[in-house]
Amino acid sequence: MILPQSVEEQLKELKETLKLNKAQMEKLRKIAERQYEKALIEPGEAVGVVAAQSIGEPGTQLTLRTKWLAGATEMTVTQGLPRLIEIFDARREPSTPAMTIFLKPSYATSEQRVEEIALKILEITLDDIIKEIDVDLLRMRVEIELDPQKMKKFGIKEKKVHEIIYEEFKTAKITTGAYKINVKPKDEDIDIRKLYKLKVKLRAIHIGGIKGIKQVLPVKHGNNWIIKTSGTNLKEILKLPEVDIENTTTNDIFEVFSVLGIEAARNTIIEETINVLKNQGIEVDVRHIMLVADVMTNDGTIKGIGRYGVSGAKASVLARASFEVPLKHLFNAAVSAEVDDLRSVVENVMINQPVPVGTGLVNLKVEKKEDKKK
Amino acid sequence: MATKTKKGEEKPIDIFKSRLVPDCKIMSPEEEKKLLEKYNITKQQLPRIRLTDPVAKALDAKLGNIIEFTRTSKTAGLSKFYRVVVGGISE
Repeated sequence: MILPQSVEEQLKELKETLKLNKAQMEKLRKIAERQYEKALIEPGEAVGVVAAQSIGEPGTQLTLRTKWLAGATEMTVTQGLPRLIEIFDARREPSTPAMTIFLKPSYATSEQRVEEIALKILEITLDDIIKEIDVDLLRMRVEIELDPQKMKKFGIKEKKVHEIIYEEFKTAKITTGAYKINVKPKDEDIDIRKLYKLKVKLRAIHIGGIKGIKQVLPVKHGNNWIIKTSGTNLKEILKLPEVDIENTTTNDIFEVFSVLGIEAARNTIIEETINVLKNQGIEVDVRHIMLVADVMTNDGTIKGIGRYGVSGAKASVLARASFEVPLKHLFNAAVSAEVDDLRSVVENVMINQPVPVGTGLVNLKVEKKEDKKK
Repeated sequence: MATKTKKGEEKPIDIFKSRLVPDCKIMSPEEEKKLLEKYNITKQQLPRIRLTDPVAKALDAKLGNIIEFTRTSKTAGLSKFYRVVVGGISE
């Protein structure tokens, strides 16, 4: 019998600490095997229901609302029940996207260097480096005054800003002076509304850093420094040479899926769920969470638990109809002439038949004596 | 942004370095046969991975290949998991 690796390791450890000989070892192994077999889940056990209960019950104790921590240095991340719902519903974007960026050892120890990197990845728009932006109605143009101090802080050169604006607004007439930029659209039918639109557009221009990273915070983590961010862009961050790809994570499950694949997404679901529960002082056995994550990632994409995800993908019409909006499912099934094989639980409950779970899963076949003789 | 994503395709990230991505390999036809016989199933019954998945792309997997993942499990140490490569959009 093949024992899992963790059990094998424990056996090895016991062998060394207790100095067992070969015969004793064999005996111990037999016991371990028997215990392992006992501990295995039996075929037909309704593990999904058990998992649902095991996560659902402690879920009632979770924080119902997002806490707002005033003046805290840590960034607020959605926690508690809202976050748990977000994970299991497989929402496209988390309400508070965040990353934990680990750095390569040569960078991670010095606070100064980490801060430099943090500033480098922070997304900077034109709005971050200006003193003033105004609409000049007389000359029908937008006037920008840059802030030299802010630019120095982020390490941005004036020339670069000019280049970016020239590149973005090729159709406009741009005049530049010392820390001053004027943008005047060339088209004739320019009105005030268009000018204000231009102003908004100008403010949001991407000047430097990585798109999506809205806040950065270097945090001490053991002996090393890590960077916590609000806003996420895994793909671009992992491309940086300073970043330690191994440990860097984001809480955006769909982003992990598109960058690192389905297995990584599964791991992220598990980790995020454990973190949410742990933060609230609740411990749920990982196996339940692993089961949920496995179900969600089973078909190669991330599916939420619910009508549009896992429950909507069930093979049986009756099972789908029993969950939410029954009529819609029944109509659609009628239109496409679906057949229900009654192989699963819910539909058998409906028609009052034994449910194929546990002992209901096995069928008994009796071998007649006459058959045997033949 | 379009130009940026194009640049990214030229220099792909080494995704196997991430601890989130388990070790994986494409199974040989003999291994596949052994696996399916062991569990008495067909390929269609296995969990899936999309052809467009970064891992499948990095391994250069073809439709119908089975990818073997060696997961680091919290309860079992290491455990094997199998996914069959299917087409379709990965969203």
